[in-house]
Amino acid sequence: MAGAIKQVEDLHLLNLTKKFGDVAAVDDLTLTIPAGSFFALLGASGCGKTTTLRMVAGLEDPTSGTINIGSKDITNLRAFQRPVNTVFQSYALFPHLDIFENVAFGLRRRGIKDVKTPVNQMLELVELSAMARRKPTQLSGGQQQRVAVARALINEPDVLLLDEPLGALDLKLRRQMQIELKRIQREVGTTFVHVTHDQEEAMTMADTVAIMNAGRIEQLGNPADIYELPKTVFVANFLGQSNLINGTAQGRSGDDILVAAYGQTYVVPAARSSATTDNMIVGVRPEKMTVLDAPDGHRAPESHNKISGRVTDVSYAGVSTQYLVRTPWDQELTVFEQNVIVGDRCSVGDEVLLHWAPEHTFGLENLGG
Amino acid sequence: MSPILVAGPSKPVVVAKRRSRSGYLLLFPGMTWLAIFFAIPFVTLFMTSLQEPVPGKMGKYQAGFQLGNYTNAMAEYWPQFLRSFIYAGIATLLALVIAYPLAYFIAMKGGKWRPLLLVLVIAPSFASFLLRTYAWRTILADEGPITSFFNALHLLPDDRILNTGIAVVAGLTYNFLPFMILPLYAALEKIDPRLIEASSDLYSSGVATFRKITWPLSLPGVVAGTLLTFIPAAGDYINAELLGSTKDRMIGNVIQTNFIEFRDYPTASALSFVLMAAILVMVFTYIRRAGTEDLL
Repeated sequence: MAGAIKQVEDLHLLNLTKKFGDVAAVDDLTLTIPAGSFFALLGASGCGKTTTLRMVAGLEDPTSGTINIGSKDITNLRAFQRPVNTVFQSYALFPHLDIFENVAFGLRRRGIKDVKTPVNQMLELVELSAMARRKPTQLSGGQQQRVAVARALINEPDVLLLDEPLGALDLKLRRQMQIELKRIQREVGTTFVHVTHDQEEAMTMADTVAIMNAGRIEQLGNPADIYELPKTVFVANFLGQSNLINGTAQGRSGDDILVAAYGQTYVVPAARSSATTDNMIVGVRPEKMTVLDAPDGHRAPESHNKISGRVTDVSYAGVSTQYLVRTPWDQELTVFEQNVIVGDRCSVGDEVLLHWAPEHTFGLENLGG
Repeated sequence: MSPILVAGPSKPVVVAKRRSRSGYLLLFPGMTWLAIFFAIPFVTLFMTSLQEPVPGKMGKYQAGFQLGNYTNAMAEYWPQFLRSFIYAGIATLLALVIAYPLAYFIAMKGGKWRPLLLVLVIAPSFASFLLRTYAWRTILADEGPITSFFNALHLLPDDRILNTGIAVVAGLTYNFLPFMILPLYAALEKIDPRLIEASSDLYSSGVATFRKITWPLSLPGVVAGTLLTFIPAAGDYINAELLGSTKDRMIGNVIQTNFIEFRDYPTASALSFVLMAAILVMVFTYIRRAGTEDLL
């Protein structure tokens, strides 16, 4: 384990489809998960992420498509024949076996005689050496979680699958385990595929995040890239919050697209637009906007995109203040402002001007019509 | 007592007392039932088992301390004792072998049919025990299809099933099968299917998963089912009476004839006591063995 980092290969999903009756839970999914990466499948419940994971584990048969590890096709292998192990959502520890035997289980099934050394090493890695002879029910949730990780990892799988592994833990413990899991992943170098509905968890832990919706991947990339430049309305709203304004492209000015919306013109860098028609959406993240009192509006840089409106709600949250601003066309926009300014904050009813830099703007295809 | 103590926490004390009193009140009906229908008969039975004959009066007994009742009864009836435990043991094993796959199927694959399948398991019990056992006389009759089939294969030592030990064991197995199926079902149904998945994820084939996960986790059901089958089967006399010959008599038949026909109450009581004690010892040994070696 420690020191001897295992040579692992990429996991390839090719046109993977799973239908339950007429409903496609996973719809023609093609995806390569690079060896040794911490990969997160992020999506709301029912988006097909767990089904994808179960197909990789061999617990669910795909309707069509193939699963390869490196060049080896594992699609038709049974679960117990695959070099893949799973950390189950509710851990699924064997209640009649103690912690040592739970962790040793996979080794024993493969006929490995000397299990003592690897099991003790693994228990050390997850810091549970003192618990070896306890039963799973005598452990706390966080400890059970680590046993589940140890029980899977000891088999040195090519891919470790984690199905909402932190879902049952409270917030503080979840934060701890996120850091812990990242540390373990770095130490063993195995590919981790992590399924979660918690966007913050996915962003803090994974190198690469795939956002799934209705059986398909909406967007894939590193968390910061996806956050800064969402490519679809779903992603813009699912990963963090977004202000989205419907508009029409009016033409180009150099590398920028000029978009008209409600009598205003907005500048969207062409490189930051995924729209293919003129019917597009102008988007901006709430923390990228600045709030100015209307009389100070002239202080906004000339080049910035601007919207005027009236404050309808102010909530102070320590680090930042959240404003809700109603536009003249009755849309409510959200703005986060860092609490770094000394002096008065805006209050409800104030007329304000919101402005933000064009390079923080993104353009999306308006699928809603 | 100091006045402070009385004035201070008197209220909670009263509440606690009332609570414990209501606990006893709730226990009362059950305890009364136990006293009237278990404790008193138990003592009476024990005293009867030590009675001695009234000299010169046949069938009359008086209080005594005849430990000889026990030794005499055992000396005379030990073969029936042994036979009871062998028949009950074989029937329990057969019931387990038949019931386990059935309970497994209902629990794991039954889906929406589970309630119906369970009702089907219990349904025969709606007919009387006696009637169902009589029916087996027809099923196993000398010219019946089952006997003919086995005779054609020359598998029967006496060329018949009815009025042999085989028929008695078959009857016992059949009659106590639901008592095996239901606890097994309850235990198997409780097993989290994710444990099976986890086992298969950890390199266990179907057989290994059964040996290492399903079977150990179903052991409480196996223990409960075998006890619920073995105990009544060991003391049963109807199956031996209706399906067996005089050579196949079990201890239940001996006790029954001693009580009803010979009116030898001390011997019958002594036999009942030995049966109870023997079963208790066996059950405890069994539970401890299953408990220490497999359940933990």
